[in-house]
Order: sequence, then structure tokens, then C-alpha cells
Amino acid sequence: MTMPYETILIVVLALPFAGSCLAALFRSNARNTEAWLASAVSFTCLVLVGASYPHIVNGEVIRTTIEWVPELGLNFYVRMDGFAWVLAALIASIGLLVVLYARYYMSPQDPVPRFFSFLLAFMGAMLGIVLSGNLIQLVFFWELTSLFSFLLIGYWHQTAQARDGARMALIVTSVGGFSLFAGILILGNIVGSYDLDRVLASGDMIRAHSLYIPTLVLILLGALTKSAQFPFHFWLPQAMAAPTPVSAYLHSATMVKGGVFLLVLLWPALGGTEEWMRLVGSAGLISFILGAFIALFQQDMKGLLAYSTISHLGLITLLIGLNSPLAIVAAIFHLMNHATFKASLFMAAGIIDHETGTRDLRRLSGLRRFMPITATLAMVAAAAMAGVPLLNGFLSKEMFFAETIETHDNSLLDQALPYIVTAASMFTVAYSLRFIAEVFFGPPPRELSGTPHEPPFLMRFPVGLLVLACLLVGIVPTVTIGPLLRTAVHAVLGDAIPTYSLAVWHGFTPEFLMSLIAISGGVTIYLMLRSYLLGAEGPPLLRHIKGQRIFDRVLVAVSWQLARRLEELLGTRRLQPQLRLLISVALLAGLAPAFTHGIDIWRTARTSFDVTFAVIWAVGGACALAAAYQGKFHRFAALIFMGGAGLVTCVSFVWLAAPDLALTQLVVEIVTTVLLLLGLRWLPKRIEKFSAADAPERDPGWRRYRDLGIAIASGAGLGALAYAVMIRAEPDSIARFFVENAYALGGGTNIVNVILVDFRAFDTFGEITVLGIVALTVYALLRRFRPAAESIPVPEQQYSQDLYDEAQPNREKGDTLKSAMAVPRLMIALLFPVICTTAVFLLLRGHDLPGGGFVAGITMAVAFILQYIARGTTWTEDHLRILPVHWMGAGLLITAGVGMAAWWFERPFLSSSFSYREVPWIGPVPVASALLFDLGVFALVVGATVLMLIAIAHQTVRSHRTPSSRASSAAATSATAEVR
Amino acid sequence: MEIVLAIGIGVLAGSGVWLVLRPRTFQVIIGLSLLSYAVNLFIVAMGRLKIDAAPILGSHVGDDMASLPDPLPQALVLTAIVISFATTALFLVVLLASRGLTGTDHVDGREP
Repeated sequence: MTMPYETILIVVLALPFAGSCLAALFRSNARNTEAWLASAVSFTCLVLVGASYPHIVNGEVIRTTIEWVPELGLNFYVRMDGFAWVLAALIASIGLLVVLYARYYMSPQDPVPRFFSFLLAFMGAMLGIVLSGNLIQLVFFWELTSLFSFLLIGYWHQTAQARDGARMALIVTSVGGFSLFAGILILGNIVGSYDLDRVLASGDMIRAHSLYIPTLVLILLGALTKSAQFPFHFWLPQAMAAPTPVSAYLHSATMVKGGVFLLVLLWPALGGTEEWMRLVGSAGLISFILGAFIALFQQDMKGLLAYSTISHLGLITLLIGLNSPLAIVAAIFHLMNHATFKASLFMAAGIIDHETGTRDLRRLSGLRRFMPITATLAMVAAAAMAGVPLLNGFLSKEMFFAETIETHDNSLLDQALPYIVTAASMFTVAYSLRFIAEVFFGPPPRELSGTPHEPPFLMRFPVGLLVLACLLVGIVPTVTIGPLLRTAVHAVLGDAIPTYSLAVWHGFTPEFLMSLIAISGGVTIYLMLRSYLLGAEGPPLLRHIKGQRIFDRVLVAVSWQLARRLEELLGTRRLQPQLRLLISVALLAGLAPAFTHGIDIWRTARTSFDVTFAVIWAVGGACALAAAYQGKFHRFAALIFMGGAGLVTCVSFVWLAAPDLALTQLVVEIVTTVLLLLGLRWLPKRIEKFSAADAPERDPGWRRYRDLGIAIASGAGLGALAYAVMIRAEPDSIARFFVENAYALGGGTNIVNVILVDFRAFDTFGEITVLGIVALTVYALLRRFRPAAESIPVPEQQYSQDLYDEAQPNREKGDTLKSAMAVPRLMIALLFPVICTTAVFLLLRGHDLPGGGFVAGITMAVAFILQYIARGTTWTEDHLRILPVHWMGAGLLITAGVGMAAWWFERPFLSSSFSYREVPWIGPVPVASALLFDLGVFALVVGATVLMLIAIAHQTVRSHRTPSSRASSAAATSATAEVR
Repeated sequence: MEIVLAIGIGVLAGSGVWLVLRPRTFQVIIGLSLLSYAVNLFIVAMGRLKIDAAPILGSHVGDDMASLPDPLPQALVLTAIVISFATTALFLVVLLASRGLTGTDHVDGREP
């Protein structure tokens, strides 16, 4: 294959993900197709990784970068050195074997596309971790592995065990992943780059930095959770609810190795300090001892293997924590060896489970006679796990023993270390022996349903291959594993490789003695405890301490009890405290700069005092205060006062040289008042009473005074701020651009309008869309409107009018209202064309003189509303067909169409154009696309305003109809009941 | 002039805040309207006061920044006026629906 070796890496990374997408597409029982696809993908990856070996063998590094956001230093950076190569090869090769094994393991009922799709995606994510040259990219793939681990553990999601195990694994590893991300961010900040090469080269700077300890702790949290190290080990046994291929692949050979991989990877940057040794070393030592001890007392085969995995990962972590180059060599070596023998043991356990239907060590017995080949393979693998000579586990274990004998910090623990690890290793031997002895020896099993027999050859084949690797490495290490180990170590430690020997026989060294003691001690322990173990449920002493239960308790306490208590303490469903808090915070935030920088408002005004303006505002202020005062008991008065304040605002806009705003404010004021008037009818009566019995109805005095204080402070603050700004000269803002270019680029002289329909047309487009959405929401809400019972009868005034009309012989019901409205009705009928013309006039001149789509639209709506007021809903709708939703749709289509028309001329969305056309008798007339845009705005505003007002107005018609018809039908039913 | 407008803004805002903190929905809706007047005036005031000079080109001597008022706040406020009408309408409908459903016009949907 001739492919530049840089692109090889990209292909290796992309292939599993592509395979994952493809795998998801097959039928749910396509086991063979899936297995073929997944094998092809992993085999190709393996070949490609193998082909790149020559390029990394001498400490060289393959690097490929795909630029993403180079300005921020964010690139997709793939990097492979010797260490990464070894892991990539491990991931791809064990992946291939697991896929093969899974083909026979999964039953025809299982939906296999999901399984293989997740498995391949996991493989891609794992390769992503080891091949990342950028630390953020590494964290990304790290999170992906947590995610796919979750999905794979929960593969049989119909069982509660799988769901709980998956959830726990996800929570623990993703909390770790989050810490890791935080740690990596600090690390990148210290170094100034997330580039792995630069981070690795800055070890001294990192270790001397004041943030070294937090960084270290955060990154360790990530690594230790992923590798299931004490005190985060409890998720791994729960994850055994996953299908066995997943346990073999993710939870022994690859994903849990991610943590120790990261530790080895970052050792040159973070390691070598006392803190490193204490934290990493103690976590590793405790996991090693605890895992080995608990594993012996497990009754579930996979549980035993899970605790054994925790123990072996603890061994590796302990080695990394010892801070010596030789220990790193041993750690890498044991990492490779553990992957081979543990994966094969998991697969063997899966075969036994498959054949007998149980994983309980107490029920299994004497299987050697039924499946001799599997038994032999499992025995060799278990012996490798125990550290029996001539097998790979023995070699790395011996290096481990040798390293513990060395002096590190010469503390008491350091001196006791050889004895402690020898004692713990006895348990390793004991549980390995127990696994073999219980399952394969003894009398034939009795309680099984069928007769177990050997699995298909291809299901056994992966186990055999892995066991062969154990043997070859164990017998001829220098030929088989030697070069690979040297390549990996070279990548981590650089040229300063410590001298180590891979020979099988080193003579009667202390470490050999330790191995012998461990093996004989282990056999003794097993023989002594044999009968006890068959009855034991969990380990002695630790039986009642269940990590899972503690985890659940913590989870419930944090996510439910604590959250609820906090909500009770800090939260409220009441609006007033929330608003009070919001306004107070805003007030304080506004006041803070005044305290820190002082406030400078003692300058001379820039414009002269005007008595008229002051008088107008005296009225306006009085209106505002009166509205505030009357808001509760005199709603109608408050509404009128609010209108007064609005009119003063409108006049102020005229004064402030904002004619467009004044026009808009005026017409909006009209429709707002009409709107609120329509709403008043549905509110409860509230009559001011002064008796003592109604006292609790009012707020307690101090609360009112507090609110008054907040209100006065807010008003004074905003006023002072406005004043402080107004008396200063204006800065040179972007306004200059609009003034200078309104005519040149927009073709209009009304700058405000040109901004709205041309420069900032996209904003306007968004705003009218919002307007349309709000109108539709109002309409939709009112379709389901049910008024309160006391508001349903006709209002008192109308009721008395009707009574009067009915009492008079020559009048009909409604005549009083009709005669009262006779004059207004005539005036409004005459005004209708005038107002419409005004609206069109405002629209057309908007580009050059005050006016525009917004104000014209509301004016047009006012014309319609007036008809409703004068003639009543029924008459108006019989004579005038207004379809507000059509108006709105047309408006949106026109504005969007004008915007998209710009594409026709290959210009960006909403680009405008204008020119002058000669019109007979009138002369040159400006023709701007912006005018069309304004037409759309006009149509939408008309539609939205009319829709909102009419929707509320219609309620009166509806509610009169509904109760009366309901009452008459009720009367009819009672009448028929009486007849019967 | 500045002082008058500043006091005006202050009174509008103060009345608005007071009403917004009241327990009845109608008070809140009036308060929001008053607040929106205050804020709109405040935004226009950020462009400083220019008397007798509409932002219309060619309407007076000299089309430059010194003689014209700042058009940008005006453009911002123009849409704000229309949007505030829409939110008032929406709030009114929510208010009416809440009143119909709960039988009370208290902002929390139940009497304290």
C-alpha cells in the first residue's frame, strides 16, 4: 500500500467511525455481516498501524495537522510515537479478536447493529485518545470513550442491573472527565499551549508553578476514575453487567488502561515530585491490595476478574507513582501483559457462561472433562495472571518486585513496601488458583440444565491466540516483546533508557524469592480458606461497606435532598420577591461604579432651560405618579394617567428631534389604550374599603416602604445616570457612518428609516418576525380562554341599558347604545378613507421624511379598530373582510422575498438597491428596494396589531354566546327530566 | 433642558418600578408600560439633546454630525416601541388567562 504515512493516521482514526455509521444500517439479525464489517475495519486499522512502525521505531514521531481554528491554536493534531503505537496496536488487535469472539457470543435475538456500531465507535474514540497530539482533543476522545462505555454497559437495557451499572460508570467517569478537562485547561494555561510536545517539554516550568497541585489533583481525578482506582473503583464491578466482549475489551484491555496511559504520558510533565508519589502511589497501592483481597471472595466469575483488574491496574499505578524510569518500564510492560491475559480470561469466562448458563463459582465444577481445550487455555492465562514463571505475567511481576525493593523516599512505607506487595501478591495467586480450581476441577457439575461442551473453533480462537502471546512473551521475551517495549519506553523516557533485562532467569535474586513466597503463600491461603469461600458472600470485614450503596446515597443526597433543601431555602415561586431581587441587583450594579469612580454631574447644561418643556413634564410626572397611585383600585383612571404619561413622552420625542419616534409613539399609544380597555372587562371588581376587617388585604407597611425605597432609588439612579450622560459631549460613534452614507448608500434622506430598512434591515426582519410570533401566540392563547365565572354576565351598564330598552314598548334591545354611538359612527365612517390614505402616505414618504412601515401599519390598524369600536364586531365583520393572518404572511413573504432577491444579483441577503425613474408630470422619483421591504413591514404590522386586538375583542362576543347556550341546553335537559 | 428630561425619566422609572413590585397583575402591566417609556427616553437621551434638528438630510443647513441628532438610538427605540406594544398585548392575554384559570388577579395566581 503506497500511502503517505501521515495520512495513514487520519485513516486509522476515521475508519472505525465510518464503520460505526455503516454498521448501524444493517438489519438487526445480521450477525455475520456485522462481524465481517467490524473485522475488516479493525484488521485494516491493525495493518495500517503495523505499516507505520518503521517511522516511529527510532524515537521518531509521526505528526499530521488539519487546521481548524488556527487563530486560536485549535487544530486537529494527530501524533504517534512509540508508546502510542504500542497502545494503538493493542487496541486494534484485541479489537479484532473481540469482534470475532462477539460474533459467536451474541445471541440471534440481540440487536447486533447497535452493538457493533458502538463497539467500532469506541475503538475509534480509544484510538483518538492515544493518537492525540493536542490535549483538548485528547479530552474530547476521552469523553467519547466514557459515552460509548455507558452505551455498551447498558446494551441489555431491559435489565435494571445494566441500566444502573451504565449510569454509575457514566457518572463516575464523566465527573472524572470533567475534572480532567479543568486540569488540562490549567495545564495549557501554564504552558501557553495545548500541544502535547510543548507540554512534555515544559516539565520543570509546570512543576515549579504555583498552580501545580490543583492541576495535578484535577488530572489525577480524571485518570484514577477512568482506571477504576481506589476510591473510585466501585463502578467497574457494576459495569460487568455488560456483554462479556465489552468487559474483555473496554473494562480490562483498553478503556480502563486509558487512565494509566495518561499517567505514563504526562509523567515527564507532571511526575517526579513528592506529591505525585504520594497521590499516585497510595491510590495504586491501596487498589492493588484491596482489589486482590476482595477478588478472592467473589462468587461471580466476572466479579472476580473485575476486582482482579482493579488490583492489576493498581499495580501499574503504583509503579508509575514510584517516580523511577525503571518503574515506568515495568508499568508499560505490565500494561501490555495484563491486556493479553485478562482479555483471554474474560473471553474464557464468557465461553463458560455461554455453555453452562451460570457464572457462579459455587455452582460450576469439573468442566475440565467437558471442555478440555478451553480449560487448558484458561489455566495458562490464569497462571500468567498469578505470575507463574515462563509466562508473561511473571516477567513484569518480577520487574515490579525488583522495583519495590529499591529505595525511593526511604520512608517507613517505602521500606515496608516489598513485604506488603508480597503479601498482596499471595492473594493474587490465591484468586487465580480459586478461579481455575472451582471451575475446571472437582466433581462434574450437577445443577446445570444441559451438558456443556467446547464452543465453536472461531469463538475459542481469540482466546488461543492471546494465550499463545502470553507463552511466547513469557518464554522468549527478548525476541517477541523486547523491541516493542524498547520503542515504547524510548518514546516516554527519551534517550535516557534505564538498563533492564528481559531474561527469563536472573538467578536466585530477592525478587525471585518474593515470587516463590507469593506463589506458595497463595496456594496455602486458598487451601486454608477453601471451604469458607464456598459459603462466603463478599469479603470478611469489608462485606458491609458497599461502594455502590455509598455512591447511591451520595447521589440521592446531592441531586435530590440537597437540591430540594436549597430550593426551599433560596428559591421561590412568588413573582414579587424575584422581581425585587432582580431590580435590587440591577440597582446595586448601577450604583457600584458611582462609588468606585465617583459621580460627576456638576457641569453646566448643554441646552438652555425651557419653561414649556418643564410644564409639560410637570404634567407627565404627575400622570406617572397618579397612575402608580391608582393602579390597584381605579384601573380605568390609572390607564388614562398612563396614556397621559405616554403623550408627554410623545411630545418629548418631538422636542428631542425624533419625529419618527413621536409619530410611532402616538399611534402605539392609541392601540395600547384600546387593548388595555378591552382587557379591563375581564378583571375582578375591587372596591376600596376602609374598614379594619380588610386590613390584611393590604401589604404590611414595612414592605410597602421597602418597595417605595427601591422605586425611588431606581428612579433617582436612572435619572442621575441619564443626566450625567446628557451633559457630556457625545463620542464619535458609528452614527457618523449612518449620517454620511444614508443618502449615498441607502438612497433616502430619513436616516432613521434608512437604518431600519437598509443598514440594519436584518434586525428589522427579525423584529417583525418576533411581532408576528407574539401576535400568533396571543391569538392561540385566547382560543382556549375561559373567563372567570364572575366576569361572564354582561357588565352592569349594558345590563341596565338593556333593561330600559326592554321596558319601553317602542324600543328594541340595544337601541340606547346605538343612538349613543350614532354621531361617532358617522364620523368614523367618514374618517376611514382618510386614515387609510394617511397610512399609505406615511408609508410612501417614509424613506425621505418622517413615516415608514411601522407607523403606517399601526395607523392602518387604527382605521380598522375604529370601525370595530363604532359598529361592533358583528357588523364590521359582515361588511369588512380583514384577514390579519394573511396580512402577516404577506408581510413576511415580501420582506424575505426582497431580501432573497438580492441573491439574484449575487449580492448578500437583504442588500438594497435604488435608482431614480422619470414619472410623467412628477419628475424623477426614487425607486428603492427598501420601499418594498417597508411595504412588507407595513403589512405585517397591520396584521399583527389587528390580530391581537380583534382576538381580545372577540372574547366578548364568545362569552355571551357560550353561557347562554349552555344555560338553555341545561334548561332543556331539566325540562325533559321533569316530563319523565 | 437636560435636568427636566432627567427628572422626567426618573419619575417614570420610579413609578414603573413601584408598580412592577405590586401584587396585582394590572398594576404590573401599567408599571411595565411606564418603565418602557422611561427606558425609551433614556436610550434616545444617550444620543444627547439636539433641539430643532430632525435626522432628515437636506432639511437644514449642513448635513453633518454636529448639527444632526444621533439617528442610531432613534432607530433602536422605534422598533422597541412597537415590540413593547406586542409584549404588553401578550402579557395582557396571559394575565386574562391566569385570571380565568385561577380566579384571582394576583401575580402568583393565588391570594397570599
